[in-house]
Amino acid sequence: MNTRAYDIVIIGSGAGGGAVAQELSSLCREAGLRIAVLEKGPKLRDDEFTGGELEMSRAVYEDGGGFLTADGAMTLAFGSGYGGSTVVYTGTSLLPPPRVIEHWNVPGLAHEEIARRAQKFIQQNNVHLLEDPLINENNKLFVEGCRKLGWRAEQFPVNVKGCRGSSLCNLGCPNQAKQGTNRVQLPRAEQNGVEVVTRCEVLRIEGKSLLARVCEKPADGKGEPSSWPPGDYRIDAKATVLSAGAVHSPALLLRSGFECALPRLGHGFTSHPAFILVAEHPRPITNFVGHPKSFYLDQFAESDRFILETCMYFPFVTAKSLAGFGSEHSSFLRAFPRLQMILVLACDHVDEHNRVAIDSAGRPVVHYHFTPEAAQSLIRGAIASAKIFFAAGAARVHLPVAPSPTLTAADASRLDAIAADCRFVPGKTAVSAAHLQGGCAMGRSPQDSVTDSRGRVHGHPGLFVADASLFSNSAEINPYLTIMALADRVAETIREEWRALQ
Amino acid sequence: MAAPLTSRDPVAPVLRAFVCTVVPEASDLDEERWSELRRLIALALRDRPAALRRRVRFAFYFVQWLPLFRYARPFTALDAGRRARFLSFLENNPLQTVRTGFFGLRTLALLGYYGQPQAAAEIGYAATARGWDALR
Repeated sequence: MNTRAYDIVIIGSGAGGGAVAQELSSLCREAGLRIAVLEKGPKLRDDEFTGGELEMSRAVYEDGGGFLTADGAMTLAFGSGYGGSTVVYTGTSLLPPPRVIEHWNVPGLAHEEIARRAQKFIQQNNVHLLEDPLINENNKLFVEGCRKLGWRAEQFPVNVKGCRGSSLCNLGCPNQAKQGTNRVQLPRAEQNGVEVVTRCEVLRIEGKSLLARVCEKPADGKGEPSSWPPGDYRIDAKATVLSAGAVHSPALLLRSGFECALPRLGHGFTSHPAFILVAEHPRPITNFVGHPKSFYLDQFAESDRFILETCMYFPFVTAKSLAGFGSEHSSFLRAFPRLQMILVLACDHVDEHNRVAIDSAGRPVVHYHFTPEAAQSLIRGAIASAKIFFAAGAARVHLPVAPSPTLTAADASRLDAIAADCRFVPGKTAVSAAHLQGGCAMGRSPQDSVTDSRGRVHGHPGLFVADASLFSNSAEINPYLTIMALADRVAETIREEWRALQ
Repeated sequence: MAAPLTSRDPVAPVLRAFVCTVVPEASDLDEERWSELRRLIALALRDRPAALRRRVRFAFYFVQWLPLFRYARPFTALDAGRRARFLSFLENNPLQTVRTGFFGLRTLALLGYYGQPQAAAEIGYAATARGWDALR
């Protein structure tokens, strides 16, 4: 067994881990601290981001983007590699509305503070609204459809610099335009002396030690080899920050036997279950050029519990998202240059059935049950999307929850009647989720949570959580800025308490 | 499916009949494209847990032999219409396990077909790193 010793170890390098690493990195210079980030996935070279759908999915996503819930009814998409999920998101940069943070009801955590801390990352990541000439027709048709219906589509601020409009954000930007932690926070942290070790999976936490395994680079794999030789390691750390995400952070604590002292560990998992809707226009539109996700509609988030976002996916993901098979299914794919897409996200709430557990080998298992409310949200969102598509001039719409999924313009006037016959059938309708939250939720005590409001794990001094697993309930919006703001707060706590932690 | 899926694998003819039902255009693929389709599926399954790979293999046997009870023939011996009706039966089955099993196989079929750059080009998908510059 190899051994290493650090003052602070951060597990994971996504929005949470990257932010904590950057915020603590000055301690390397100021106080001579040794800080390491341990990342399970690889670090890819710039020229390895090719935009190839399957090739990149294998390289940058956990399980190639095909991580399934326990019953196989939902796919969870999350990144694995230097930068975590910030490599594969679209860079949409929003904060939750104040009512969401109020609903979380975490003592000492106010929306104002999250908004204030997020400002730093908004600046660093070059968050701004894309200029109109860079907005493609897939997005403009969404705005036009909403306008005709009297709904207000909002533009997403995005964190890109020099975006060329490849539309390949979800496969890792091939032009290095997206300002994820792999481009901003991690390089800064490394410059200040933080060591980032890739291909290093933490298996267990044992007191103040971590047991980890460094893997060899696969012969046909992308990315650089780890800076540590392959093998098993015992790593001593005075403070440990879990930033492995809402699936792996709870799973690591469960593997390490924390569930006895923390009965809420793994509970409170939410994910914004989503499906992709597709419509065909009579003419080709610009869709696979331009930023894929420039607008959203959230005016129904509170009343009907859904959010709509523009999106544009790749051939396989699109094919998977359409219900059915055979010639009708193929006919939509063959209309690709005429396709408009909308992503429907349900604002799910914490439910007792939905949690992260582990199997006999210690691997994470996510149990997710679609509540009737979440199913209804998806149906309402699908009907609203169909209205937008038709208002924007679509000739036909694929509605996977409808009895006959293909709707023509003649159906546009009777969508509310069609809604009554729509059914969401788990295992038949393709549902995926990329906003994974909860599992190590903040709260008051071990009876209701895993950490306190500053990410300290109850009863375990020196152990912190800084990622989306902290969320006490759904954020109801793309979560990365909220994660960074909370991570900033955790980093500040570690700085303030460093003497005591030693 | 622990090893790469070859044309001699007993599951290969079932996979071929299944893919052609899900994506009718697959009937026109040449042997090179079929080989690539099988390679992509095998690659997608390679790093998944052994139990999942066993379930996939079992699901293909299920698809092959279950039609015996309804049509007195295995899946590969059915005509296109009966194959489609049988897969619809799986897709709309009241048992979620059957539906998710079908969905998993359908996903693999779509991955093998649409995951190929040639298929993407055939449907008019042409995203590149050049983005807007490619249009100008």
